Amino acid sequence: MQDEPTPIELTKAVADFLRNDITPLISGHQAFKLRVAVNILDLVARQLMREEGSDAAEMERLRALLGMDGSVTDLNRALAERIAKGEVDLATPGLAEHLWQTTMDKLAVDQPSYASYKRELSRNR
Amino acid sequence: MIEAELSRSVVRWCEGATGVTAAARLSGGASQETWRFDIEHPDGPIGAILRRSPRGYGAAPTRAAGLAAEARLMQLAYEAGVPSPRVMHVLTPDEDLGTGFIMQRVEGETIARKILRDDEFAAARPLLARQIGGVLARLHKLPQDKLPELRHMTAAKEIGEFERDYRSLNWPKPVFELALRWLRDHDPGPSDEETLVHGDFRNGNLIVGADGVRAVLDWELAHLGDPMEDLGWVCVNSWRFGELDKPVGGFGSREEMFAGYEAAGRKVDAARVKFWEVMGTLRWGIMCGGMMQRFREGPDHSMERAMIGRRASETEIDLLRLLAPRGE
Repeated sequence: MQDEPTPIELTKAVADFLRNDITPLISGHQAFKLRVAVNILDLVARQLMREEGSDAAEMERLRALLGMDGSVTDLNRALAERIAKGEVDLATPGLAEHLWQTTMDKLAVDQPSYASYKRELSRNR
Repeated sequence: MIEAELSRSVVRWCEGATGVTAAARLSGGASQETWRFDIEHPDGPIGAILRRSPRGYGAAPTRAAGLAAEARLMQLAYEAGVPSPRVMHVLTPDEDLGTGFIMQRVEGETIARKILRDDEFAAARPLLARQIGGVLARLHKLPQDKLPELRHMTAAKEIGEFERDYRSLNWPKPVFELALRWLRDHDPGPSDEETLVHGDFRNGNLIVGADGVRAVLDWELAHLGDPMEDLGWVCVNSWRFGELDKPVGGFGSREEMFAGYEAAGRKVDAARVKFWEVMGTLRWGIMCGGMMQRFREGPDHSMERAMIGRRASETEIDLLRLLAPRGE
């Protein structure tokens, strides 16, 4: 077991430093790049926080849908192949719900301010 | 140092010109550059733009029409009254500037978020959806016998290319598979009429001023095909920049765009437009994957490119909203 602070805490500390202390010192194209860098660190922190839980739930759904076992990558590959062959489609019980949940979990990490995501999130409540 | 070559060029074809100043690189990748500069002239400086592939980057990627075709299209558009910069000069090999062309600079804004938020464009915004319809109609009416050599595309051909691109990424995405199936099942077949298609007509590729659209840019993906493709692409959610309920570039409704299109004497096929919107959403998603691949494998190891890879999921949620919408 590794020591603490956790990767989430460390990443957040760097992001906060860049955001609060460095941003005011920089302008122009470098400021744009710095904003991208801070966004990346924020994304990494969100992923570290959520990935374990969302991957476990995704695997659970994939096992039920496909009736097979494997890593989350293998199962996604298998689902992609079955959709491509037409063996699974939106009429398949559970597919639409699975794709929606998986996609919402991705947006929560990738782009939580994306308008479509915010609209769909408000539907969940 | 590009100023020296540009100066030698402009004095040859721009009467009275004495040289150039203020050359600055605007954007573009390794194979295509955009520069702004001013032509010095006794009557006052003339704002100009250079678009070029530097020497050694002559070969255009398969999908691009090529800079010579782009120059020809912009000139035709300008002559037909489609808002477009005036092409001033097509580069010749002895000028040592590579291949490309020089056009007159059109003042205005191209950054989509600014056009959608800044006060300066508040009066123009409600007019833009209808105006875009009119511009597209005029663009689709450009005389075909004057067009440069362009690729002929159909939905089936494009779906095939998307699938090949997507499979080459080795990036299994169930939502993209679903979209590919849907597209194959709903392909409306070749269009009754084939016209010029701009291929990348969207918020971000338009110069907008307080009076509305001033220029249509980036003709490099122009081809011949179903005119409804352009109407669908401009509605892809990625180009609404947060204005979810204003499908036409975040400016207004499909109905407004359709009215502008039909007022300019052309017919809309709304079902085809919807098909091309799904197609466009998947197209942008696969392009995001391409960015990820180039970030990993190519020389451009930039953070921006890496982050575009993480935007594919935006197109996945938009595809689900189109293909498997949840209840209101």
